[in-house]
Amino acid sequence: MELARPYAAAFASRFLLMLQYRAAAIAGFATQCWWGGIKVMIYAAFFAAAPAAAAEAPMTLAQVITYTWLAQALLALTPWSADPEIALAVRTGGVAYDRLRPLDTYALWYVRGAAWMASRAVPRATLMLLAAGFVLPLIGLSDWAWKPPATFAAAAFFAASLPLALALSAAFLMIVNLVVAATLTDRGPNVLFNALTIVFSGNLLPLALYPDWARTALLVQPFAGMLDIPLRLYVGELQGAAAFAGLALQAFWTLALVVLGRWALARVMCRLEVQGG
Amino acid sequence: MSQILVEDLAKTYRVSERDPGLVGALKGLVRRRHRVVEALKGVSFSLEAGELLGFIGPNGAGKSTTIKILSGILKPDGGRVVVNGRVPFDDRIAHVAEIGVVFGQRTQLWWDLPVADGFDLLRDIYRLAPDRYRRTRDELVALLRLERVLDQPVRQLSLGQRMRAEIAAALLHEPPVLFLDEPTIGLDAPSKLAVREVVKRLNRERGVTVLLTTHDMHDIEALAQRVIVIGHGRVLADSPFEALRAGVLAERRLLVDFAHDAPNLALDGVTVRARDGQSLELAFDPARTPAPALIAAIAAEHAVVDIHVEQPAIEEVIARFYDLHGAVEA
Repeated sequence: MELARPYAAAFASRFLLMLQYRAAAIAGFATQCWWGGIKVMIYAAFFAAAPAAAAEAPMTLAQVITYTWLAQALLALTPWSADPEIALAVRTGGVAYDRLRPLDTYALWYVRGAAWMASRAVPRATLMLLAAGFVLPLIGLSDWAWKPPATFAAAAFFAASLPLALALSAAFLMIVNLVVAATLTDRGPNVLFNALTIVFSGNLLPLALYPDWARTALLVQPFAGMLDIPLRLYVGELQGAAAFAGLALQAFWTLALVVLGRWALARVMCRLEVQGG
Repeated sequence: MSQILVEDLAKTYRVSERDPGLVGALKGLVRRRHRVVEALKGVSFSLEAGELLGFIGPNGAGKSTTIKILSGILKPDGGRVVVNGRVPFDDRIAHVAEIGVVFGQRTQLWWDLPVADGFDLLRDIYRLAPDRYRRTRDELVALLRLERVLDQPVRQLSLGQRMRAEIAAALLHEPPVLFLDEPTIGLDAPSKLAVREVVKRLNRERGVTVLLTTHDMHDIEALAQRVIVIGHGRVLADSPFEALRAGVLAERRLLVDFAHDAPNLALDGVTVRARDGQSLELAFDPARTPAPALIAAIAAEHAVVDIHVEQPAIEEVIARFYDLHGAVEA
């Protein structure tokens, strides 16, 4: 308990502070609603225009729609840009103070990044659930709505998978942070990782809808565990042994990225140059 | 063994360079040029527990680099550093729990958090016992006059308030060693005095070992028993300040106001530094020409209204010292 106290405090402080930014949450929600709506309409058009292909698709239109709303709701849980606090600390030399704390720097940055992502996701996901899960059915648009989990088992798998998704995203965020720390700029890494994350997490298009030859590769790469695996579990597309395999993949990539991140951090700190003064 | 031991410390940086203008930028795309800058080349000194050391030198001399190495933030390229029996970079976590550091040019408090919340966060980060923490915090708040700013977010504090809060933040875990890197930079006179007062009290009453860098020589005059001057990555002097002064600029100044226009004085061993209407500023070496004799000689010949003796300002002593050693960077 005493061991975890500083990290818990750092997490809570960042989480509570970020929750104060209401305007940002509402703006993010509005943008994600807009894109969610457009994507839902595009999928509907595709499914209607090609009924034969749609019948063979691994996901039904209803599943794809729920997947889409969830993906929009949880976008903030993906590492699509470096932690701005750490990018700033690297640019201004504030990183010196992080190194002055009697704490493991990797763990400190990791919990702060996890808090940052979680605190941004919670209000956005809540608003999205209200809008797409409750308001749409109420106004008679239940065909376009975010539906409850497929089964009780699907709900349970999703509940187990979501914290793993956060753990994995935070581990990947650390890699992005360390690229920023090594190159002293966040612009390049942000553009690069933003594109990678949106495509390979399934946010752009559910990974199950890619051509057959790419599907296995897409499922085992690390980004799948950040969105695609939890969402497939939610809509019941991954079941039984495949569901456990999904959780195991998430855990594996988290571990691998933590090991890589810790090694990279030690290297970056050995050749750290503190900017200014 | 000394509390802080630095032996033959070396640190180099790689600096990117390119020719100015478009051609330079294009060349830089193809081939990068780097230059290795030696920030520290063989710095050695030691510090006993309870000492208060002033660390001065021109910009770029290596003061901050030394502090960052002592703090465990930077890894030295050569030499040996031991603080409280530990090697700072290699044993960082245990080391930083026992030092307090203030960088005058940055903030360790959280911009958007009220000062009190920042202190509470530090309590958890350093795993401090609640009772002990409360006592230390209340003492520091009183000492640094922070009562009125505790509820304000750090971003809304004035520089003086912020620096006092920063110093409190660095002391909440009661470190036996304190590193202050330009703690008075940009502060107004009352804030500077408050900072000096706190440093002095911590050093005297609690025996905290202090290493302080500054460009404000009044900090040095008010605080430091011992001064290290560093330039070009080397220790140029390590002595009590008065010894430094005596070695560099022992002369005194005599300021004389005459009842009539200032005369042309021709006294042996005395030079005229400035002349302004009825006033003269003279420089003399007290070892050759004792002040009483000089004053008597002038008063015997001329009608004098006012007269007083001064030492050269401490800034002037240091500037002269840097000059003698070619210490100021190009």
